[in-house]
Amino acid sequence: MGYKFVILRPYCASPLTMVPYVTGTSVIGIKYKDGILIAADMGGSYGSTLRYKSIERLKAIGKHSLLGASGEISDFQELLRYLDELILYDNMWDDGNSLGPKEVHSYLTRVMYNRRNKFNPLWNSVVLGGVKNGQKYLGMVNMIGVHYQDNHVATGFGNHLAVPILRDEWREDLSFEEGIKLLEKCMRVLIYRDRSAVNKLQVVEEWVVQSIAKITEEGVSISPPYSLKTFWEFSAFKNPTAGAAGSW
Amino acid sequence: MVYITAILANWIFGYKIFTQGLIQLGQPATVKVAANLVRLLAYNNKNMLQTGLIVGGWDKYEGGKIYGIPLGGTIIEQPFAIGGSGSSYLYGFFDQAWREGMTKEEAEQLVVKAVSLAIARDGASGGVVRTVIINSEGVTRNFYPGDKLPLWHEELEPQNSLLDIWGSASGSSPEPMRE
Repeated sequence: MGYKFVILRPYCASPLTMVPYVTGTSVIGIKYKDGILIAADMGGSYGSTLRYKSIERLKAIGKHSLLGASGEISDFQELLRYLDELILYDNMWDDGNSLGPKEVHSYLTRVMYNRRNKFNPLWNSVVLGGVKNGQKYLGMVNMIGVHYQDNHVATGFGNHLAVPILRDEWREDLSFEEGIKLLEKCMRVLIYRDRSAVNKLQVVEEWVVQSIAKITEEGVSISPPYSLKTFWEFSAFKNPTAGAAGSW
Repeated sequence: MVYITAILANWIFGYKIFTQGLIQLGQPATVKVAANLVRLLAYNNKNMLQTGLIVGGWDKYEGGKIYGIPLGGTIIEQPFAIGGSGSSYLYGFFDQAWREGMTKEEAEQLVVKAVSLAIARDGASGGVVRTVIINSEGVTRNFYPGDKLPLWHEELEPQNSLLDIWGSASGSSPEPMRE
C-alpha cells in the first residue's frame, strides 16, 4: 500500500491506529467488448510469509457488480457484510430496480472515505466493475477514499507493473480471448516480480450480449483457481558467470 | 497487547455457545457459528488483541471443520491450520506431510510429530504435548510427556547421569525425582 501505520495512541480502545496483518496483493480489471474482466491471485500474505493460498478475493455483488479487493482480508470480509446488507435492502424494496455497479461504487467510496475521516480505515483497495442495461462500468476505491473510473484499473503493484502494459495494449474492441490473454500477461509479470503474488489465480467475467441496444443475454462467471506457466530457462540464469571469466 | 486466547475461549464457549446458543437453539451451535463468534471478538477488538486462533470441531451438518482466525480477525476455513510462534518451522513440514483423507490415528500422529518438531526449534515451545480429538463420537483428550516424544537432529537420548555412561565403582545412580 505504501502507507506506514500511524501510532497515535497504541493499545487502547479508540482505533486511532491500524496495521494490516493478512493481505491480498494486486487486482486488475479491464473493460472488453462485451463486458468486464477482473483478475486476482488467491494469496493471503502474513508479512513476508505466503500464509494462505486459497483466499477468494473476487466476489459477485448483487445482479450487476463484481468486486475484487486487495489489502487486509478481514476488512474485505467486513466490506462484503456491508454490501450484503446493502443488496438485501435493495432486494427488499422489490420494486424491479436493482443497484448497478455505479451505485455500489459510490456507496463503497462513501464508506471508505468516512472511515478514513475517523482514522479507522478499511485497509483495502478495491476494483468494482459491472454491466447494467448494457452500460459497462469499471472503478477503483482505496482506503483513503481516492476513487476513479477508467477502461482499465489496478491496485497495489498492479499500478506499477500492469497499468503500463494496459495503457499500451488495451483497446475498446478486445474480444473475450484477447482480454483474458491481456490479463494473463499482466498477472504473469506480477507472479515474476511481486513477492506477495502467488501463482494461483481466478478471473471473473461479466458479459452482456447486445444487438442494437437490446440485451439478449447477460451473466457473471467466476473461473476455477488455476496457475500460469512461467519461463526461467534464460541463458543468463543458467550461466550467470559466462561474461565474467574466473567467476563462479 | 493482551494475550487473551484462554479468556476468549472461555467466554465464547461458556457464555455464547452453551448459555445463549444451546438454550436458544435447543442444540449445540455449529462450528461455523462458534468460529464466527470468535471472529467478531477478534475483528472488533483488533487494536487491543494480539491473538491468533484456530476453531475446530464437529457438527452434524458439516462434519469436522477447521476455521483459522489469524491476527486482524480474518476468518478462513481450512483443511488444516497451524499457528503460534513455533508454527514458522512447520509450514514446510505440512506442505509435505499433510494429505487429504487421513485416519484419526494418522492425523493424531501427524500433529504430535509436528508439535514435537516445533518444540525442537522454537525456544518458546516445550514441555508436553496435549491433543484433543473431536468427532461424531465426542471429545477425546490425550497427553504426551516431553520425554516420550521422538528425538530429532542433534538431540540425544536422555540419561540419568554421566556415571551410567562411564560406569562407576558404586554402581548406577538413583532415578530422577518423581513429583
